Amino acid sequence: MEKRESGKTESFYPKIIAFCCYYCAYSAADLAGSLRLQYPPAVRMIEQPCSGKVDIRLLLQAFEDGADGVYVAGCMEGDCHFLKGNIRAKKRVNAAKKILDKVGVGGERLEMFNLSGSMGPRFAEIANEMTERILRLGPNPLNTARAERATKGEEGDPK
Amino acid sequence: MIVAEAKTLEEILESLQGMSKVLVVGCGGCVSVCLAGGEKETGILASTLRMKRELMGDPLETVEETLTRQCDPEYVQQLAKKLEGIDCILSLACGVGVQFLAEQFPQTWVVPALNTLFAGATMEHGLWEERCGLCGECVLARTGGVCPVIRCAKSLLNGPCGGSQNGKCEVKPNECAWQLIYNRMSELGRVELLLEVAGAKDWSKSRDGGPRKMVREDVKIDG
Ligand code: SF4
Ligand code: SF4
Repeated sequence: MEKRESGKTESFYPKIIAFCCYYCAYSAADLAGSLRLQYPPAVRMIEQPCSGKVDIRLLLQAFEDGADGVYVAGCMEGDCHFLKGNIRAKKRVNAAKKILDKVGVGGERLEMFNLSGSMGPRFAEIANEMTERILRLGPNPLNTARAERATKGEEGDPK
Repeated sequence: MIVAEAKTLEEILESLQGMSKVLVVGCGGCVSVCLAGGEKETGILASTLRMKRELMGDPLETVEETLTRQCDPEYVQQLAKKLEGIDCILSLACGVGVQFLAEQFPQTWVVPALNTLFAGATMEHGLWEERCGLCGECVLARTGGVCPVIRCAKSLLNGPCGGSQNGKCEVKPNECAWQLIYNRMSELGRVELLLEVAGAKDWSKSRDGGPRKMVREDVKIDG
């Protein structure tokens, strides 16, 4: 990514988890690779048999474990290999967004995307889009809170 | 099954004020089926609470456990070995489960994570409806299998109130229970059964005079 945040978050480079359906996004990523398209290394992909495999627990866990952003990439609506997996994934993503808003992590850090296996360039575009969004939002507040606590702990250490 | 739904995060957070280590207990019974308090929901709630409390600057430690049922002492006892260092139990069972935990562990503070709603059924994924008011003296044999106690807004036992419009109840936008009863009785050719006047219902068998008990000497093991 060209742009890095300045000032306090200068050293911030996001960690983004992409839950990718094997039938579309995962193949699109392959295609993006064959086409030698660049996309940010901030994105770490996790292959899923279907976007509908992703449940709310998994999405929350990614954030709890320190991801700055998460997205689920499934097939175009109407094209799911398992008929409705991507529609269910969308509903779960929306429910998890609400939880993240309530918690204070922020639902904006989570997104659902739809693409097909032949959309290599779109895959790279989504990765860029998400990385830019997370750079703008800054680090996962949980990471900031943990870092602050760790520093305080060190300072508060008697020796 | 017993149908329940999650309490608001605010309410749960309030009941966990001052607690730093909580045993979050799901139930594999009814509340798993109605997607309110099973293993998955327990995981989601525990994670939500941990993140929220961490951002509030007051981190919360959780231990998660989902019992086969929380309304049976043999399952509940499995929690005994998990209580060390625990400030409180947060139960995702119906009100019965919550009370059972409190009774079994008199030294431990127990709070509910759900609101228990009704005895009902899954109409479709994501939609549950009440079907029985647990009245203690079932009248379904006289009403063609449609419960007037719980499905009629006024619990009328001898025909409709007169406010039914196009099959809809005048109180709530539900189907009129008595329309449903009449339809079914006519389809089955048993409308004449409705001419029989039902006497006063014995409500002492319902929620009256404290908790009800049922005793079956034939299945008791001791005594
Ligand atoms: S009549 Fe009573 S027991 Fe029968 S379904 Fe209605 S509420 Fe339940
Ligand atoms: S309209 Fe039907 S369901 Fe509603 S109160 Fe009257 S009789 Fe009962």
